[in-house]
Amino acid sequence: MPPPLITARSLVKRFGDLVAVDGIDVDVQPGEAFGFLGPNGAGKTSTMRMIGCVSPVSSGRLEIFGLDPAHEGRAIRSRIGVVPQLDQLDQELTVMENLVIYARYFDIPRAVAQSRAVELLDFVQLADRADDKVDPLSGGQKRRVSIARSLISEPELLLLDEPTTGLDPQARHLLWDRLHQLKERGATLVLTTHYMDEAEQLCDRLVVMDGGRIVAEGSPRALITEYATREVLEMRFGRGRNEERVDDVLGVGERVEVLPDRLLVYVADGESALAELHARSVIPESALVRRSSLEDVFLRLTGRTLVD
Amino acid sequence: MITTRILPSALLDVRSPQRLLERNAMVYRRSWMVIFSGFFEPLFYLLSIRIGLSALVGDIEVGGKLIPYDEFVAPGLMAAAAMNGAVLESTMNVFHKWRQAKLYDSILATPMSAGDIAIGEIGFAVIRGLMYSTAFIFTMLALGMVKSAWIVMSVVACALIGFAFASIGMAWTTYMRSWADFEYVPAVTLPLFLFSATFYPLSSYGSWSWVVQLSPLYHGVVLVRASNLGEWSPSLVVHAGVLVGLSVVGMAVTASRIKTLLLK
Ligand SMILES: Nc1ncnc2c1ncn2[C@@H]1O[C@H](COP(=O)(O)OP(=O)(O)O)[C@@H](O)[C@H]1O
Ligand SMILES: [Mg+2]
Repeated sequence: MPPPLITARSLVKRFGDLVAVDGIDVDVQPGEAFGFLGPNGAGKTSTMRMIGCVSPVSSGRLEIFGLDPAHEGRAIRSRIGVVPQLDQLDQELTVMENLVIYARYFDIPRAVAQSRAVELLDFVQLADRADDKVDPLSGGQKRRVSIARSLISEPELLLLDEPTTGLDPQARHLLWDRLHQLKERGATLVLTTHYMDEAEQLCDRLVVMDGGRIVAEGSPRALITEYATREVLEMRFGRGRNEERVDDVLGVGERVEVLPDRLLVYVADGESALAELHARSVIPESALVRRSSLEDVFLRLTGRTLVD
Repeated sequence: MITTRILPSALLDVRSPQRLLERNAMVYRRSWMVIFSGFFEPLFYLLSIRIGLSALVGDIEVGGKLIPYDEFVAPGLMAAAAMNGAVLESTMNVFHKWRQAKLYDSILATPMSAGDIAIGEIGFAVIRGLMYSTAFIFTMLALGMVKSAWIVMSVVACALIGFAFASIGMAWTTYMRSWADFEYVPAVTLPLFLFSATFYPLSSYGSWSWVVQLSPLYHGVVLVRASNLGEWSPSLVVHAGVLVGLSVVGMAVTASRIKTLLLK
């Protein structure tokens, strides 16, 4: 196996007394799409900023391309592309100028910057907006400009902090599609998300973060196999009455989770579990069977839902 | 090394500050009228002084020589223009880019460093001040107020003034929390403009002249005045030294503030 692009050992980030990242171990291999999945405040952005060499490591070891961010930050930053959690596009410049000046920060010659910018705007389907200022663009379009901008230096590693948070479904799918294309071209992606479907869509491997720690690691499939069943039976008995029905449903599945508005029964075959409950005259107001997802993994690991 | 001990590491890591000039030029390319309109200011100032005040005030003695009042004031105004251009750019505009536009956050994610940003932005503010100073030179030429070919040296003097004020201005801006804090900027620059031997010679201040010498602008005014008259003396090195010293301190503070505030 080639040496990892990113190696973190007992990596810690502190802000005063607050421990934002609490001793994580991570290896990211070249060509991999790696995800940090976790709720708000889990420490995802803090981790990404340390990897991006814009935030000093509090303790532990971090290497990117085998280099130390404390001493070789400039060299590391010249080889990575960053899409920050909040778009930081240059409001005073046009879309095209944004890309060109960003390339100049990497010492890329102007002519090269121009031609790459044209290609990249084509890639993110914004060629027609090249000469517009950034401000009138929609959230999804700004995000795509940010991605195009992060690619202008042809980075070996791309860091995406919550690439689709706040976007409508259509804009998200367009973005996922572009990121898939990058993956197919062999790019190494590191992304954070609190969307399960996004992690399942994009990540080859991920870590689940909670409270600054890594609580699980693996491929989306492996995590679901390990921490959930194949299917989930979701039942609603009406607000406030879900809790008292737990005893009635115990035994039909491997595990039951109680949420304020519903009961989740983890079971390999949801339909037959539901049939069995009907036979026992346990009739919910509504029921549905779905495949289990990383959301269920997170619930299992932390006892909490990801997005509330 | 001594330099590493005196200067913070943030200021020693400077490689491509010119990228900030490039970026700002891209922005101003579209709004060049803003800068151009500033070119008329010197003309109005100098004309009004020549027409009105000169006749009233008469000649002024500088270094044992009598010169007309308008020729005395012009270098002072030129120095003040360098100061005002540099301060405007390094305070309000920097604050907007820093706090509102988050420009420096995005630049720091690239190979650019805190030192690059500090030097680049200060350099741009100096250039803006120099454009106004240069406008003064041409206006003075047109009005026949230029005494010596050494006037070209006033560009160097104005660059020193610009560096001192842009560096201190940007360093100060890193401590500002809201737009309200900018009320203090004119509260500082206006008295400097009025009391830096701009409008009357140092001797007029009598026993208070030492206060005037605390003004950084005063040291700049002396340098510009000497350039216009083409009269050089060793003491000018001290005046230049004050401006250089302020510049270095301001740049060092700015670079390390960017580092501690944005790279945390
Ligand atoms: N600059 C900062 N100063 C102080 N606390 C911070 C700072 N940045 C993040 N934190 C805190 O660190 C924790 C982790 O935040 P963050 O890394 O942004 O999480 P996430 O990206 O997973 O939502 C939070 O409690 C947050 O308030
Ligand atoms: Mg975050």
